[in-house]
Parts: sequence; C-alpha cells; structure tokens
Amino acid sequence: MTLWAAIQIVILVLLVAGSVLAVWLKDLLASVIALGASSLLLALEFYLLQAPDVAIAEAGVGAALTTAIFVLALRKTRRKEEE
Amino acid sequence: MSVVVRTIARILVPVALLFGGYVILHGHLTPGGGFQGGAVAASAVALLLVAFGTSAVKGLKSPFAVLEDLGGVAFVVLGFLGIGYTFFFNVLAGSGGLFGAPVAPGPNPGFLNTGGTLPLMNWAVGFKVIGGLGAVVVLFALFGGGDDR
Repeated sequence: MTLWAAIQIVILVLLVAGSVLAVWLKDLLASVIALGASSLLLALEFYLLQAPDVAIAEAGVGAALTTAIFVLALRKTRRKEEE
Repeated sequence: MSVVVRTIARILVPVALLFGGYVILHGHLTPGGGFQGGAVAASAVALLLVAFGTSAVKGLKSPFAVLEDLGGVAFVVLGFLGIGYTFFFNVLAGSGGLFGAPVAPGPNPGFLNTGGTLPLMNWAVGFKVIGGLGAVVVLFALFGGGDDR
C-alpha cells in the first residue's frame, strides 16, 4: 500500500467518525463542530483526489458558512438536545 | 465572543477577503472562480458576525442586497455585449483592451490580462455570491431580534 492510499484511508475513516459523532452527540454545539470538521476533511479528500475547485467550494460553503449558520441558530435556541 | 476570538478575527477577516478576491481575479487561470471566491469572502462576513456580534454587521444588509442586484445585472449585460454575434460571445478576447491580450500558443504559466469577458463575468458572479450569502448570514443574525444567549 502506498503512502498516498494510506493517507486517504485515514482521512476517510476520520470523516466517517466525525459524521457519526455529529449524529451521536447530545451537545449540539459539539455536534456542529464535528460536522464542520468532517466537512473540512471532505475538502482535504477532494484536494487529494485532484479536484481543487470542488475543495475550495466545500471548504468555503461546507466548513465555514454552514457552521456559522448552525452556530447562529444555536444562539437563538437551546444548546442541549432533549430526550 | 472572547478576546482571543476577536483578536484572531481582526487578523483573519482581511486575509479571507483578500484570498476571496484573489480566487475571483484568477478565476480564468487557476482553480476556483466567481462562486468559490465569493463563498470564501462571505465566510469572512460570517466570521465577523460570530466574533463581534449582530451589531457589527447590522448596517451591511442593504449594501449586500444592492451588491447582489449589481452582480446579476452585470452578468446579463456582459452576455448582451456579444449580441452582434451570439449571446455571451466573447467580444473582448484578443481585442487588446481590458483582459484582451492575445494568448500565446502552447503551454504557458497563464497570463492575467487574457480571457476577454470571462474575468469580468467571474467578478459579476463573485459580487452576486458575496451579496447573496452575506445577506443570508446577516438576515439570519437579525431574525427574531437581538436576544443572543
């Protein structure tokens, strides 16, 4: 296995872990941070697959703007998820 | 937000705006273009809002709306510039004027002063995306009054 493939496998495992964490966490602010982190990892994976165009769009919209919008929504509502 | 966030934001907001402008300006040469650069620049507005609160971006609502309208109108006007040939015909390419330098044949590092109407259309799309996404974020912050918790 080349180093290239190993890096991509690590990124994809972390991406799945971050996405599962975003669903599983009860603290919604931590959940939003996990979602932003997995979005950033997805942008890195796009860059490694030689799609820098998509990577810039994913980093700008997915990681920055949606995280900011979710944080703004959390400031207007409750932080903890109810059972 | 805390002093740390505000200090970092003071440094990063100009950097993010500059990088967004760079991506838009080099849209016809490098990866990215109007949408990508506009999204990067709009994330600077989101950072400003998260760091300094609603009051910092309250006055930006109508400028963003005007910017979005101007971007859309400029894109259509640039399309109509080529109406003598076809819609979206690139009348400025190779004319020697703005963005009109002739492109050297073969592989080259990319020259900024080429592309005709395409860089101008990138700027139009970029302004529209900055205006649109910025207005979305600002309106989201203004929604429901200023009762930040």
